[in-house]
Amino acid sequence: MKRFRFNQQEIVFAVFALLFLVFSIFLNGFLTAENMLTLLQNVAVLGILGLAMAIVVIGRGIDISLIAALAVPPGLALQMVQNGHSLPFSLLIAVLLTIAFGLVNGWLIAYAEVPSLFATLATGLLLAGLGQAALFQLDVVQWSPGMDGFERLGQGTVLGVPTSIWMFAIACIVVAFLLRQTRWGAYIYAIGDNPYAARVTGIPSRPIIVLQYVITALIGCFAGLVLAASVNSMPTRIFNSTLIYDVILVVVLGGIGLSGGRGGVLNVIIGTLLIGTMLNGMTIMDISYAGQNLIKGVVLLLAVITDSFLNPRNEETAQQGDI
Amino acid sequence: MKTFGNPTRATLAALALATLTGPALAQQGLDEPFQKPFKEALAGKTVAYVPVAMNFDLTEGWYAGLKKELEPFGVKFVIRDANWNTNAGAQAVTSLISEKPAVIVVHNPDVQTYAKLLQRAENEGIYVIQINMGSAYRSSAFVGANWVEIGERQTEGVVKACEGKSNKIAIIQGALSAAASAYTLKGVENVLAKHPEIKVVSSQAADWDAAKAKAITQTVLKQNPDLCGIVGFWDGMDIGTAAAVKEAGLTGKVFLATSGGGERKGACELVKSGAFDLNMSYDVPTQAAQMAGTIKWLLSSGAKPGSIKGSEYTTLIPITKENADSPMSCWNLSDLKK
Repeated sequence: MKRFRFNQQEIVFAVFALLFLVFSIFLNGFLTAENMLTLLQNVAVLGILGLAMAIVVIGRGIDISLIAALAVPPGLALQMVQNGHSLPFSLLIAVLLTIAFGLVNGWLIAYAEVPSLFATLATGLLLAGLGQAALFQLDVVQWSPGMDGFERLGQGTVLGVPTSIWMFAIACIVVAFLLRQTRWGAYIYAIGDNPYAARVTGIPSRPIIVLQYVITALIGCFAGLVLAASVNSMPTRIFNSTLIYDVILVVVLGGIGLSGGRGGVLNVIIGTLLIGTMLNGMTIMDISYAGQNLIKGVVLLLAVITDSFLNPRNEETAQQGDI
Repeated sequence: MKTFGNPTRATLAALALATLTGPALAQQGLDEPFQKPFKEALAGKTVAYVPVAMNFDLTEGWYAGLKKELEPFGVKFVIRDANWNTNAGAQAVTSLISEKPAVIVVHNPDVQTYAKLLQRAENEGIYVIQINMGSAYRSSAFVGANWVEIGERQTEGVVKACEGKSNKIAIIQGALSAAASAYTLKGVENVLAKHPEIKVVSSQAADWDAAKAKAITQTVLKQNPDLCGIVGFWDGMDIGTAAAVKEAGLTGKVFLATSGGGERKGACELVKSGAFDLNMSYDVPTQAAQMAGTIKWLLSSGAKPGSIKGSEYTTLIPITKENADSPMSCWNLSDLKK
């Protein structure tokens, strides 16, 4: 095994380092402390979502409904405060809704054995539709005076570092602890690596899968609160955007194989940094929107191809509906 | 006084006239001959409304305004929500053509998609009113904002604020595929052509997305802390632009011009808080009232659909700190729905 071979994490890190170096040399105003903080701040929410997605992808699943969990419960909280409820009560309701949503996802996937791709595609639509039809008055839920103070979750700085970067850091630590230090984390890896073997060895795989989706939804809701605080509103229409692809891009690019059981928080951080550097550099260069999409598309394609080379599908355990 | 040389005679004449006609007026009313045909022309007619999506201030405002004006006359008001899906919208218009409502009020997602369908609808005898976003086909009426003018007036505001400063400005566009965004950009270009001293340091599309607008603005402000103005294309998105300006501590130093429908929370409140310096409003309730007036006129005129065509461009309200407090500058969706 002494062959000269990189794994994906190293390749992506090398690409990131190279890109960073090139931008630092050729792009005026890129390598400044302020721009570095802006770069991180701009991808903090994406990074938090990447962590959420990483948990289910490591467990050999995927959660397409993540953006619904980001948009609807925090949107509900903002709407309730606007309608005169207190902030803590509104947040409690939002968290309860998120947990209920995670439980539905988990139940469908673990007990009803619907492939995660289809289950979350449907539940995401359901939750977003529910929000639009019954919960919100308008697509963009505006900030109201009752929320004052809460915007500190996404605005301002602590010790000179923007709050949203702290939020990303806290989320990283919590998820790293969950995945590496707890028994549940070890179970998630085991299930992702080989679900049948995991079940045979006595791991309670169904409850663990449910747990994954509940945690993912909660992190999604947290990301939504940070997002809402940072732009002083909740644009719930974000559900219709391409954000979910960016999240998958971060995860896959960082080297968390879609076939499960591999990767961790470090991969999400690397993937987020690479995306952040690309976006920041392209904005400074004032590249057109279409050009940016083209570049992002090519990078995702390369990442997926590399992923399938480096993490070949496990033919013994792969089943239809897996991705 | 020359004709009625004698005042007593004039008074007598007037009295005589009054005694002749007075009792007649008091005893039986005079039938106004046009109100009955007007009522008949409206009662039982169907008006169909196809917005690009419901659930945002503009389309909710138009809906509430039209409903309020038309339903008391017995007009049936139906809605076909395209929900940001151009195909769904085209299907809705197609099926409406066979359902034959009297009027279709349509909010185009772009210039081309519905154009042929709208022409067919008018050929089939349905009046078509286009709102805020016109198509390539000119129908009975267009009611809406002149996007080029919006772009021009926003940019004029920014250029004025930049006098004596760095002359560096940024442009936050909407979605590239949206004609409203392209028309506004044209207006921006028109003004910039007259002001060669202004330098555009960034012109990017944020996809009507507040988070993207914030990210772009943050980066631009870090690169150009001496930026003197930003032209944003929609207040719903420029909440993010404003948040970035505020975080950089540049509120009041960077002039932020935007536009929108003038809903109180999204426009006046934000101008008052200093987030926006100028918000060009196309006052949705007035647009709704103009549309309703046009519908009443068309239905009662009996004109053949497609035989007369006209435009009603909205008179814009520039909302600044001076008039943000005035109850006339903005409107509340909740009031309109009452």
